[in-house]
Amino acid sequence: MEVFVVSLLNGLVYGMLLFMLASGLTLILSMMGVLNFAHASAYMLGAYFAYTVSLYVGFWPALIIAPLLCGLIGAGLEMYGLRQVHRHGHIPELLFTFGVALIIEKVVQMTWGLIPVPYRIPSGLDFPLFTIYGTQFPAYRAFMLLISALMFVAIWLGLTRTRIGLIIQAALTHPDMVGALGHNVPRVFTMVFAAGTALAGLAGVIGGNYRVTEPGMAFSMGPIVFVVVVFGGLGSLTGCFIASIMMGLIQTFAVVLDYSFADLLEVFGVIVTKATPGAEFLLVSLPRIGALLPFILLVLILVLRPRGLMGTRDT
Amino acid sequence: MSPLALLRRHWVWLAILFVMLAMPFAFYDWSRGRHSGFALTLMSEMALMAVFALSYNMLMGQAGLLSFGHAILFGIGAYFTAHTLNWIKASDILWIPTELIPLAGGVGGVVCGIIAGYVATQQRATAFAMITLGLGELMTAAALMFITFFGGEGGITTDRVIGSSIFGVAYTSAWQVYCLLVVWSLIAAILMHLQTQTPLGRIANATRDNYERTQFVGYDPRVVRYWQFILSGFFAGIAGGLYTLVYEIVTFDTLAAVKSANGLLAAYIGGAGGFFGPVLGAVVVVGLQSGISLYTSAWLLYLGILFIVMVLYAPGGLIGVIGQHAPIARMGRMRELLMPYARALPPAVITTAGFVTLIELATHRTIGAAQGKKLALLGIPMDSADMMPWVVAVGLAVAGTLWLRVEARRFRLRWNALIEDAKALGIVS
Repeated sequence: MEVFVVSLLNGLVYGMLLFMLASGLTLILSMMGVLNFAHASAYMLGAYFAYTVSLYVGFWPALIIAPLLCGLIGAGLEMYGLRQVHRHGHIPELLFTFGVALIIEKVVQMTWGLIPVPYRIPSGLDFPLFTIYGTQFPAYRAFMLLISALMFVAIWLGLTRTRIGLIIQAALTHPDMVGALGHNVPRVFTMVFAAGTALAGLAGVIGGNYRVTEPGMAFSMGPIVFVVVVFGGLGSLTGCFIASIMMGLIQTFAVVLDYSFADLLEVFGVIVTKATPGAEFLLVSLPRIGALLPFILLVLILVLRPRGLMGTRDT
Repeated sequence: MSPLALLRRHWVWLAILFVMLAMPFAFYDWSRGRHSGFALTLMSEMALMAVFALSYNMLMGQAGLLSFGHAILFGIGAYFTAHTLNWIKASDILWIPTELIPLAGGVGGVVCGIIAGYVATQQRATAFAMITLGLGELMTAAALMFITFFGGEGGITTDRVIGSSIFGVAYTSAWQVYCLLVVWSLIAAILMHLQTQTPLGRIANATRDNYERTQFVGYDPRVVRYWQFILSGFFAGIAGGLYTLVYEIVTFDTLAAVKSANGLLAAYIGGAGGFFGPVLGAVVVVGLQSGISLYTSAWLLYLGILFIVMVLYAPGGLIGVIGQHAPIARMGRMRELLMPYARALPPAVITTAGFVTLIELATHRTIGAAQGKKLALLGIPMDSADMMPWVVAVGLAVAGTLWLRVEARRFRLRWNALIEDAKALGIVS
């Protein structure tokens, strides 16, 4: 029970972090058809910007400034990069973001060094909020949950209750029609791209000190975010939300449940030893497969249901 | 066909064969009578990377399938080859001539292609790219998990000297292996070239350009993709087999995402449109990796910038840029481009120098200085802590860029005029 509740909370925290990253990506992918490889790079930049800014003015201003910087970079990339490549088709667009991701990783290494930077949790939030079954739950995790929940509400309200949100929703499914109705679709694209990267930056600000701020963080986070987006389905924020929470829980629970196929077989009275044929497969424990599970799910969903959980069209 | 006509049609292959055999002698150490080890390794890496990039282009260029996990085919081929070598070494019955060992890699690639391809080719376009990304990550993780076949982090070591050569060659020296590599990579490249002219290769082009219409005509694009994927796996596997012969060790790096990305970079930078594009790209990418990384730790950044510049300004790759000159050359007016090119050269050099200095100063400031390295560019010592080098670098970069813009505009005017003339003559439509 103890393990269950603690993992549930941690899984939620991780899932909400994933959602902050994935919500922006899903909007970009559904509207523009661009699989943005540089999205996780914005997450990394957010963390590094927050680290540098917080050295001078503290964590709280950084919480605003770093995402804004990321959003500006995103807007610049869209206006001066993606829009140029757009006329060559989708594949060059994707490759452009891929190249940007390569460059950002290297620039980060050159600016902040190869080793992790000491980006720490602000001292005001560095205390245990409550104790559950003898395990302390840090206040910072609750803060992360709060920020991401606020973000979720803000996105939802913004998309359903504002004029621009309605245009975005329409552009998700019928971009050509929205353009034909006289809306400036390229400008909407730029805004969504900037907002998406800013969100990823925000995820970096609150995720960077929760996890580790290092040059490899984009590379390790990127594929998982893709999985979430594809799993949730194109054009559906709800699907994206469900997929994020699911991935967060799956990955967290996989780490704590130390079982293997051999344990399952033991229930049926089959004892697996090193000499059993296929022992290497049967003895692999769940924590070790944990990192693999999202990719197995990705491949399965793309083959069986390419539109994802709640998607409106095929990937 | 007369021998002369044959020569005219296939001179490219002969030229490649000549360059591949002659290049190592440019670095030959005559005083000690032996080949330069570095040059041979570099050339070998280029050759096997070219085969890998060509096999990648069977998917990207020919069938319009963007793969992010192509290295699994390469890696499995490499592992198959390593295990085959070890089996032959250990067993008394099994006998395969050393010359045919890369085929084991091809078999590995085909096996992997049949399994992974069955899953991946169910979809096309973005979904295909995502599936291959997932498969690549899965395979890399699996390689670290299952020790018996993949050998964990240490990988599988092997020995190419199995003494079963048909020609009685021992394959102890790098030169002997290189010769084998030249033969195999040429065979693989020629086969891939022939494949582009088969009905399958043609239909793959059709599914790339308009898969709906291909369905109307009566072909199943899924089957076409599947066959194309398996064949591409065969050649990627051969490249993997050659890798094993050269390095005699296979680790999980061979099937990891970086290797896939390299294939993609090589194919795209070289140009996916022409058959020889990926070969050119492989030479450039490996050259940057091995050559420039001797001088700077920021080579990946240079590669990334080159890639972005290609995507933005030359989506056809290097081969595409060369191809664009063809109509002007056919008019016999290349001479008129000489002057605009010459005028654009100095600002281009200045811009590059400015940016390279900036990047090198930045790298030195954060990474190099901590390692106690001294920075010197073209023999000019610099201290990244001073203001002066930074000011000069920024000045060069800005001035060079502005000048380059002026010259580029002039160049474009000249170019457009020439293309107009070519249109008037009916050389381009």
